[in-house]
Amino acid sequence: MKIHKYDTVIVGAGGAGMRAAIESTKRSRTAVLTKLYPTRSHTGAAQGGMAAALANVEEDNWEWHTFDTIKGGDYLVDQDAAEILAKEAIDSVLDLEKMGLPFNRTPNGTIDQRRFGGHSRNHGEAPVRRSCYAADRTGHMILQTLYQNCVKEGVEFFNEFYVLDQLITEVDGVQKSAGVVAYELATGEIHVFQAKAVIYASGGCGKFFKVTSNAHTLTGDGQAAVYRRGLPLEDMEFFQFHPTGIWRMGILLTEGARGEGGILRNKDGERFMEKYAPVMKDLASRDVVSRSIYTEIREGRGCGPEGDHVYLDLTHLPPEQLDAKLPDITEFARTYLGIEPYTDPIPIQPTAHYAMGGIPTNVEGEVLADNTTVVPGLYAAGEVACVSVHGANRLGTNSLLDINVFGRRAGIAAAEYSQKADFVDLPENPAQFVIDEVEQLRTSTGTERVATLRKELQETMDANVMVFRTEQTIKTAVEKIAELRARYKNVAIQDKGKRFNTDLLEAIELGNLLELAEVMAVSALARKESRGGHHREDYPNRDDVNFMRHTMAYREVGDDGTESVRLDYKPVVQTRYQPMERKY
Amino acid sequence: MATPVLDKVEAEAAESPYITVTFRIRRFNPEVSADAVWEDFHLEIDPKERVLDGLHKIKWDLDGTLTFRRSCAHGICGSDAMRINGKNRLACKTLIKDINPEKPITVEPIKGLTVLKDLVVDMEPFFQAYRDVMPFLITKDTNEPTRERLQSSEDRERFDDTTKCILCAACTSSCPVFWNDGQYFGPAAIVNAHRFIFDSRDEAAEQRLEILNDRDGVWRCRTTFNCTDACPRGIEVTKAIAEVKKALITRRY
Ligand SMILES: Cc1cc2nc3c(=O)[nH]c(=O)nc-3n(C[C@H](O)[C@H](O)[C@H](O)COP(=O)(O)OP(=O)(O)OC[C@H]3O[C@@H](n4cnc5c(N)ncnc54)[C@H](O)[C@@H]3O)c2cc1C
Ligand code: SF4
Ligand code: FES
Repeated sequence: MKIHKYDTVIVGAGGAGMRAAIESTKRSRTAVLTKLYPTRSHTGAAQGGMAAALANVEEDNWEWHTFDTIKGGDYLVDQDAAEILAKEAIDSVLDLEKMGLPFNRTPNGTIDQRRFGGHSRNHGEAPVRRSCYAADRTGHMILQTLYQNCVKEGVEFFNEFYVLDQLITEVDGVQKSAGVVAYELATGEIHVFQAKAVIYASGGCGKFFKVTSNAHTLTGDGQAAVYRRGLPLEDMEFFQFHPTGIWRMGILLTEGARGEGGILRNKDGERFMEKYAPVMKDLASRDVVSRSIYTEIREGRGCGPEGDHVYLDLTHLPPEQLDAKLPDITEFARTYLGIEPYTDPIPIQPTAHYAMGGIPTNVEGEVLADNTTVVPGLYAAGEVACVSVHGANRLGTNSLLDINVFGRRAGIAAAEYSQKADFVDLPENPAQFVIDEVEQLRTSTGTERVATLRKELQETMDANVMVFRTEQTIKTAVEKIAELRARYKNVAIQDKGKRFNTDLLEAIELGNLLELAEVMAVSALARKESRGGHHREDYPNRDDVNFMRHTMAYREVGDDGTESVRLDYKPVVQTRYQPMERKY
Repeated sequence: MATPVLDKVEAEAAESPYITVTFRIRRFNPEVSADAVWEDFHLEIDPKERVLDGLHKIKWDLDGTLTFRRSCAHGICGSDAMRINGKNRLACKTLIKDINPEKPITVEPIKGLTVLKDLVVDMEPFFQAYRDVMPFLITKDTNEPTRERLQSSEDRERFDDTTKCILCAACTSSCPVFWNDGQYFGPAAIVNAHRFIFDSRDEAAEQRLEILNDRDGVWRCRTTFNCTDACPRGIEVTKAIAEVKKALITRRY
């Protein structure tokens, strides 16, 4: 076991982690621990764009952007945070440009902008061009640009280090962050990082679904690490299903495709979104479009022999426009489906895409231990966190924005904290939890296999807690997850070695997914209303009287060692916008 | 909305025609043996699946010790460059049906970088070469604009191709010059230098060109086009190297 000491430790090197690292490295001695090489992070997969009311191509302002974000989130958004997001969007796009990001340009040389779902002029009048983009590679360009600037600033990375535990020490009755424990993939060695401040920027957890746009590595390790230490997770029942994933594979085809004029059609060729969202049509917000697609499918208007998908039609767009604006996604269709998007519509279905919930933080990125108390020295930003700027449903292009705005804020706040704070003593045997977990898996003679359990988990999640949910489906999921968690105790791996033991890490990642799936399902069961991404067929309406509040889920361990999820609730911050019915 | 192409795709999918393929994989685990060996695995797979899906089937159902890197599974993160049937490709962007599944499919680590375990190589020298070309925008910043810097669409287009790089190392590890001499910067580093040299906003082209003028720089390139063939992002790598060479001679960029 090795012990390291840094002022600030950042967990994750995607957009949020690297944006934080650029700030924190300038101000404090910083280490970035990442399970992937930074440029492998899933921010690189983001396609469509990053929202900011630059008003480069038409009238726009941050107030309209704030409103759209709140409405898009079905009023579960904390309005103070949304206002910061929309205001700071402008500088955060300009910062990226100054760092070198190659945005697409308008004829007068400014950053070009395009339409995206749910973004409107003047509080819903008509779609507005707010998304700043670089073809359909915006995330790739953000990830590359941030990595380039990390190289420039000399950011210190520990690549292929898996953070598996959060260390907390009680000082004078206050729970403070003391550091993290990491597992080095190359050697199997365990490292303790003592740090004054820790920032989680470890991304989402979409891999508990089968059809998903998320990478294999998005397994919610950060959420699980803090949850296991008794800290809450907020709004985990809210997960976004993006309307246009490649049929059966889940690979994303950006909403930018509809922003450029693409149209969804059912088997009769009908532009069905006109029925469901007369104004915004194909560009209504994602939860609305995903439900519309499944309604078409359920009512027998789906395409293909099994009627299990619909079409994204780009055939009426000029090939030059597709080549210039959507080169990657048209190539995905060619590579993975053998389809030519110039001439043929693309089969799509909703795909599990984005975790709105996560580790609760305030607008400085400080992690909350309950509804109000912060954990000194602990921060989170990006998809792992819940500020909450996305509420019940995130608008497209608002996450690349979130990682930049709140990555930067967390980086500054953590570094400033670590400059004035002292190191907190490490708990006794700080690495014990990880040592035990690793040894248990390496020596287990159990009979269950990781791949089998993961497959069963993903299937039950897809079947029971996806776009449409009911009391009964969610209960089925809760029971299945409990069964899987029991069987997980009996899981064994084949690779017993120390070097690059990805067999072991997949087992640990599965443990995290199971833990988070349980939190999601239990939170969803208790929310007896429909709001944004959480749609209950048995409670089809939004219920502001009983549920205009954030879910806070805590892990409880009984005297006999049994674990359960305890739910509490937190008020939503409302400033200037009163909840209204959401229509597109 | 039925179309001939789709009817075909969908009809095929409905039949789900599994076939048996052999994966012949180069295995190496120094914890077990100092020697690398070939190992065959037979599996049932839909030929429309990816080579990465095949590797996962092996790892998940047959042999958990098989080790490789992967993340996004759709050609965007650059984790899984490997030598498949003797050519560098991304396992997640190569469909089984496109590489003659009748014969055993050989899978080896990319060449020229130290193999650490099975298909995992040491990427550090590759990233070091990348860092050495100063891969970040450098401006004098005497009067930084309050808004964005302006750039015409033509100026933006000038370096578009090389912005697509995902640092997968398929190019560099397909280059015979790099195999013989690991000191050579290699195509990927030059591609990333190109991305800045030809960016109208950048002001450090001279410095980068001097770095690449080095003994181990662009002049080592013998224009074998392996890199261009290997690049999963379709970047015209050899052309980019040629443009850098030309810029070194003419000092125009
Ligand atoms: C296909 C796709 C397209 C998208 N398109 C858009 C878009 O157009 N616009 C938009 O706004 N949003 C988009 N999104 C959403 C957005 O891209 C993501 O939410 C965002 O990039 C997440 O960034 P992040 O930094 O939080 O996490 P990531 O980029 O996922 O990074 C996570 C980091 O954490 C590290 N990590 C994870 N676990 C551990 C651990 N245990 N120990 C150490 N390190 C760890 C990883 O190595 C990685 O570096 C898209 C998402 C997807 C999947
Ligand atoms: S140029 Fe192409 S092959 Fe080379 S590293 Fe970049 S993406 Fe990979
Ligand atoms: S797994 Fe990401 S490029 Fe293949």
